[in-house]
Amino acid sequence: MGKVTLASDWLDVCSGCEMSLLDIDELIVELAKHVQLLSTPITDLKHPPESGVDIGILTGSVSNDHQEHVAKEMRQRCKILIALGDCAVTGGINTMRNFCDVEKVLERAYVEAESVEPGSAVPRSPEIAKLFPQVRAVDQVVKVDIYIPGCPPPAKAIWFAITELLAGRTPVLTDDLLTYD
Amino acid sequence: MGQKITIDNVTRIEGHARVTIHLDDEGKVERSYLHIDQFRGFEKFSEGRMYFEMPVITPRICGICPVSHHLASAKACDRVAGVEPPRPAHLLRELLHMGQIIQSHSMHFFHLASPDLLLGFDADPAIRNVVGLIEVNPTLALKAVKLRKYGQEIIRRLSGRRIHMHWAVPGGVSVPLAVEDRDAILSEVDEMIGYIQEGIQICKGWLEQNQALVQAFANFPSNYLGMVKDGALELYEGPLRLVDKKGTLINEFDGHDYLNYIAEHVEDWSYLKFPYYKSLGWPEGVYRVAPLARLNVADRISTPLANAEFQEWKAISEGPVEPSLYYHYARLIEDLYAVERARELCEDPDILSEDVLNTHVQLTGEGVGVIEAPRGVLWHHYWTDEDGLITKANLIVATGNNNFAMNHSVELVAKAFVDGKNLTEGMLNRVEAAIRCYDPCLSCSTHALGEMPLIVEIRDPQGNLLREFRRD
Repeated sequence: MGKVTLASDWLDVCSGCEMSLLDIDELIVELAKHVQLLSTPITDLKHPPESGVDIGILTGSVSNDHQEHVAKEMRQRCKILIALGDCAVTGGINTMRNFCDVEKVLERAYVEAESVEPGSAVPRSPEIAKLFPQVRAVDQVVKVDIYIPGCPPPAKAIWFAITELLAGRTPVLTDDLLTYD
Repeated sequence: MGQKITIDNVTRIEGHARVTIHLDDEGKVERSYLHIDQFRGFEKFSEGRMYFEMPVITPRICGICPVSHHLASAKACDRVAGVEPPRPAHLLRELLHMGQIIQSHSMHFFHLASPDLLLGFDADPAIRNVVGLIEVNPTLALKAVKLRKYGQEIIRRLSGRRIHMHWAVPGGVSVPLAVEDRDAILSEVDEMIGYIQEGIQICKGWLEQNQALVQAFANFPSNYLGMVKDGALELYEGPLRLVDKKGTLINEFDGHDYLNYIAEHVEDWSYLKFPYYKSLGWPEGVYRVAPLARLNVADRISTPLANAEFQEWKAISEGPVEPSLYYHYARLIEDLYAVERARELCEDPDILSEDVLNTHVQLTGEGVGVIEAPRGVLWHHYWTDEDGLITKANLIVATGNNNFAMNHSVELVAKAFVDGKNLTEGMLNRVEAAIRCYDPCLSCSTHALGEMPLIVEIRDPQGNLLREFRRD
């Protein structure tokens, strides 16, 4: 039997979940024995192959049109989709802006900020992503199979979930593996 | 009419950073842009929070350098609260910061940049990553993992967590350092120094063997900005020194007064702003930050092994070192400094003191925090009402300072290496590497931690696809 294939992508994130994955430290060698990392932020390949992968992981919330596309593509191309981290699971810290009008959020940074040049305007080029008025969790956009919360999730929770899946079981997080921050 | 090439991190319709290169009729590069796609709005949604929540909220800006935000925020909060932390608290915060520098610099060189140097710019993208490194050179890969782990463990031993800590507070830190943790940190110093020196040898050897490329690759004069302390490299607390392209001092100023010196330009095609030195104006006032800039502004390094390397660095050029690929070497010299400095801090008699918090809060209503994050100068600036609720927040994030430099590097490399009529994957790979020199912590601004797999489309002015190259 070949290795289990895994792809991941990040939506509106800080990269802390990816760092927590690297925090498995030496176990990354073990991981590489059993899992073939395809498209991930720490490898060169980025798109999950059209032929699909066994495990898909999404971190981050869905905050703009580009991220919505990534989430939908990952869902289409993976058998099991994991929402990793508080932003993917609940929308996380990014949802703090849901209490504000998105235009006001943009104006604060690009027009009102004390350090910007007078007369500056919010970037609007079609070359860059468009913010949604509301930040959403991944499962408000596509179906999620497994949730690993935490900001970030502990490295041992990520490792536990992957090894349970490799053993053919659905991971059930308990005790200190199940954290919300 | 010319054409437009889009170099996409495969996520053109998905976000992240993206490069567009505009060609003239002859297929020569006319202009290029690095577009940054993510925007989250911390400046706005911090309003209405209590100021002392900020050191917990703002690390979420970046999971790669959460310590930098945590400490810049705590330093801003010290001033909002009108409290000066006791000396042991400053030592402990600086030790936390050294853990951050070690994990971030080590990860960048070994996990992200070294595959290019060890496996080659033109290596198969399927193996040109840290997993490929594990297969090709498992001994070195394991050392890389251990170095990163060492930095992360310093952070955990101090703050209880590796990422997104709740530890530094206005007036100091919440928990002192235990003696067994201090001893554990000290016990591995020599081993880590050895690993970094091995990295330095690899890096120097590569730079020497590839001088023609190094000199032709994003090599340009600029101003440089970095923190110093008595003229020495400083990453935690000190004035900011700005030098010009010849290395001549323009100004050394108190970073807390940044609004008098720094302004930000906004371009319509990127969410990342462009800081510059105000009195020189835009764009003459742009400058570079982070390892190469910090070594270019410093007179010396305060620790012996790093200072010995620094002398070699100074011998590279009469003035500032300009080629962008030298960022990798500078980063490892700083990595060495961080481990040596961690040892000094652990050997300080005050490091185990329990006098770590000043609780005599007298709200001032405003505070600025400045620190040298791994990727450059970072500012947090908060204003509060009389109850300590945040009324406004302004942030200038480290990688942003290099925004102009990254754009310029992309353009230089594109002009030197990209031929629109005979486009190859190798040309694009080098454009990608130009960005990687700056170790852009784009999660602070966007988020392209890893390599950027590419789709290049050549379109005519009407937007019709003429040719496509893929590497995904």
